Amino acid sequence: MGKILALLIVLIVVGSVWSFVSGHWWFPVGISEHAGAIDAQFKRTAVVVAVAFIASQLALAYAVFKYGSKGSERAIYSHGNNKLEAIWTGITAVIFIILAFLGQVVWYNLHIRDAAPGAVQVDVVGQQFQWNFHYPGKDGIMGSTDAKYINDAALNYVGLNPDDETSKDDIQMSILVIPEKRPVAIKIRSKDVIHDLFIPALRIKQDAVPGMNVAMHFTATKTGKYEIACAELCGSLHYNMKTFMLVVSQDEYDQLSAMSEDKFKERINQLMAAEPLQ
Amino acid sequence: MAEVMHPTHGEVHHHEPPTGWLRKYVFSLDHKVIGIQYFFLALFSVFVGMALSLLMRLQLANPGQKIAFLATLFPQAAKDGVVTPEMYLSLVTMHGTIMVFFVLTTAPQGGFGNYFLPIQIGAADMAFPLLNMLSFWTTFVALAFMIAALFCNATTLGPIGGWTGYAPLSALGNIAGPGQGIGVVLWVSSIGLFCIASLLGALNFITTMLNLRTKGMSLMRLPLTCWAWFTTAVLSLLSFPVLMAAGVLLLLDQLAGTSFFIPTGEYVSGKLLDTGQQGGSPILWQHLFWFFGHPEVYIAILPGMGLTSHVLSTFARKPVFGYKAMVYAIFAIGLLGFFVWGHHMFMSGMDPRTAIAFSLITLTIGVPSAIKTFNWLGTIWNSRMRFTTPMLFSLGFVSLFVSGGITGLFLGQSTIDIPLHDTYFPVGHFHLIMGVAAIFGIFTGTYFWFPKMFGRLMHEGLGKLHFFLTFIGVNAIFIPFHVMGMVGAPRRYSTHGDLQYLSSVMPLHKFVTYMAIITMAAQFIFLFNLFWSMAKGKKAADNPWEATTLEWDIPSPPPFDNFGGVEPVVHHGPYEFSVPGAPNDFVMQTDPMVVEGQEAE
Repeated sequence: MGKILALLIVLIVVGSVWSFVSGHWWFPVGISEHAGAIDAQFKRTAVVVAVAFIASQLALAYAVFKYGSKGSERAIYSHGNNKLEAIWTGITAVIFIILAFLGQVVWYNLHIRDAAPGAVQVDVVGQQFQWNFHYPGKDGIMGSTDAKYINDAALNYVGLNPDDETSKDDIQMSILVIPEKRPVAIKIRSKDVIHDLFIPALRIKQDAVPGMNVAMHFTATKTGKYEIACAELCGSLHYNMKTFMLVVSQDEYDQLSAMSEDKFKERINQLMAAEPLQ
Repeated sequence: MAEVMHPTHGEVHHHEPPTGWLRKYVFSLDHKVIGIQYFFLALFSVFVGMALSLLMRLQLANPGQKIAFLATLFPQAAKDGVVTPEMYLSLVTMHGTIMVFFVLTTAPQGGFGNYFLPIQIGAADMAFPLLNMLSFWTTFVALAFMIAALFCNATTLGPIGGWTGYAPLSALGNIAGPGQGIGVVLWVSSIGLFCIASLLGALNFITTMLNLRTKGMSLMRLPLTCWAWFTTAVLSLLSFPVLMAAGVLLLLDQLAGTSFFIPTGEYVSGKLLDTGQQGGSPILWQHLFWFFGHPEVYIAILPGMGLTSHVLSTFARKPVFGYKAMVYAIFAIGLLGFFVWGHHMFMSGMDPRTAIAFSLITLTIGVPSAIKTFNWLGTIWNSRMRFTTPMLFSLGFVSLFVSGGITGLFLGQSTIDIPLHDTYFPVGHFHLIMGVAAIFGIFTGTYFWFPKMFGRLMHEGLGKLHFFLTFIGVNAIFIPFHVMGMVGAPRRYSTHGDLQYLSSVMPLHKFVTYMAIITMAAQFIFLFNLFWSMAKGKKAADNPWEATTLEWDIPSPPPFDNFGGVEPVVHHGPYEFSVPGAPNDFVMQTDPMVVEGQEAE
């Protein structure tokens, strides 16, 4: 019985390790400046995890293989070994705490450090079941908004203030467009329930919370069309609350920034049709 | 204290059992009957929860497929037999809630804890038998409310907000989604009642273990199961009231027009909210929920950890490796478990600086967990294992605890949580550790204590078949969840077919569904074995496993007052196996012989 269980544990280890390293299933290719750092921290942690996982499971398999009962022979009478215990505890504590500290660097850069001056501004507004992206338009100034101005029927999804001069040229659209290789500062909120802006290729995930405005920033490094999903349960069509992100060249972005709303949307629709999904 | 209370060993305070049927089997004050009641409540619940997950798996394998019997069962929720997105979400919600509260919290503590804590410490019953009965019946009413939530809305099968019930989705009523009105009211009322029941139970466990230990049962002679139940009770005592407060506030938001969790300026379903509700905080719900929710993970798993130590030692015929370290590790896990709730909220929008603290504390929980694993391996090293069914499930527990626990090293780091949060990766993680590892603990308890509870042995062959199918099955189901999460598959989606970057997870969904069907089928072997053995199993002796603790000193099943009015006297620690020079390879706790080399106290 012990030998069957030992074999089974070994097979589980092999299967688990294979599913991670086979290459069939991995993170989408990262296209942001911080994606590499997140992936590197994942891999560092994966080494620790793999060593601990394989060593513990194989030790378990070895023990059940080796130490089955043999007639009336007795086990070795021992209540433990404090020295071994202390060494083992010390080693794991040091490794785990080092890992935890190493992981903080990316987090600090993304969430705690301010965005670089001159970053491109986009406001993100989630609602059941669509994403709205609010661009400052030609004047480069984000117009003011308020919930009382929201009117979905009149396509004012984000609640632009009609009396604010700086709002007049603002653009709202359900596609996220950003330039490559330039810092982008986003502010995320929601109109109704909690949503979550999940852009796998950027390694970006942030809850959109009604009543809050969450700021974060990132820099995309490769042009193309990418999928956006919702990663916080927001109601019946949660699974379908998806859209796209276009990362365009800096030239293209400058041209888009100078366009009126109609032209902007027309050009985006052209790009959407032309770009293959990454 | 014990000296004063029990002046002479062997003095008889025999209690007669009640004679009425109702008092004996329904409104019983006997901790053993209540334990069995909890056990069967959990058994019923686990099959309901499993049935819900089967429907989820069928939908995920072939999204949009027509399942004929569904159309008959739920003509509105599953029109034409197709699982609608709303119905899928209510399956998710009810599966999670029923499993967490009515299975993982109920069976190990309310079931086995109730039955065996008093016996293992040498007491005739719990400290407060009436509270114990009230605790069970409150849980029963809570379950009735939860099941009622399944029928609250014909178009869904209950609320659709997930077991975490995040506000404001859960606070706004039907305007936010089908099932979110009366469904949430029933759901949160059930949870509130469950909190009261757990509180009553926790007080009882703590008092019982501290005050009712028999002569000679010093703290460091307690079986590790008792330490685990005790720590679990402390966690329940401190965490359930917080959930109850949150639940009451949510209920008020739903019914009384308050806005604890509803912020200003809500624009829902095409119009600005005109109920006057404003100024609340959605994040507040999350803090309260997870302040309970994280300790809850340990409430589910700690009894399994205690039982695993106990059963490994028994069948390895070897003392537990590092008994005191095991006790302190249980405390450390329990204590640290209160300071890590924020790791569920890295993406929530809370101050990002707090994530640094939560990350660091979360990874330190890995240390006592590593101690446990190390000591389990130490216990079976150089042992002489008897591979009985409970032993196999304990060994399976260790394997699953490692597989499920170790991925916490990824998720505990806020940085790595960015790509993984709310994907299948954490779903795989918590199913392995607090789901199936804890359930392996429950199976261990069932196979191990069945002879004591029912006086008969369960069928070993069927038990082993059940073990191997289940052990293979749960690994084949939940290991793939991790890689699906790495690809970026979000949880709580009724299909991943609409996102192109997820094309590689679709074949895995099919594979997982096949494995799930096999694993679920294997549970009927268990069910059959359980009921068949109750009637037809081989008669069990008092101590069929040659174990050492007090429950094996008394008849199977035990008499009404456990020890027949005789106070047992304890002379040893709980795990004196293979003692050199002893006549048998086990020395019972009540055996007056002197053991050389026993740990100094």
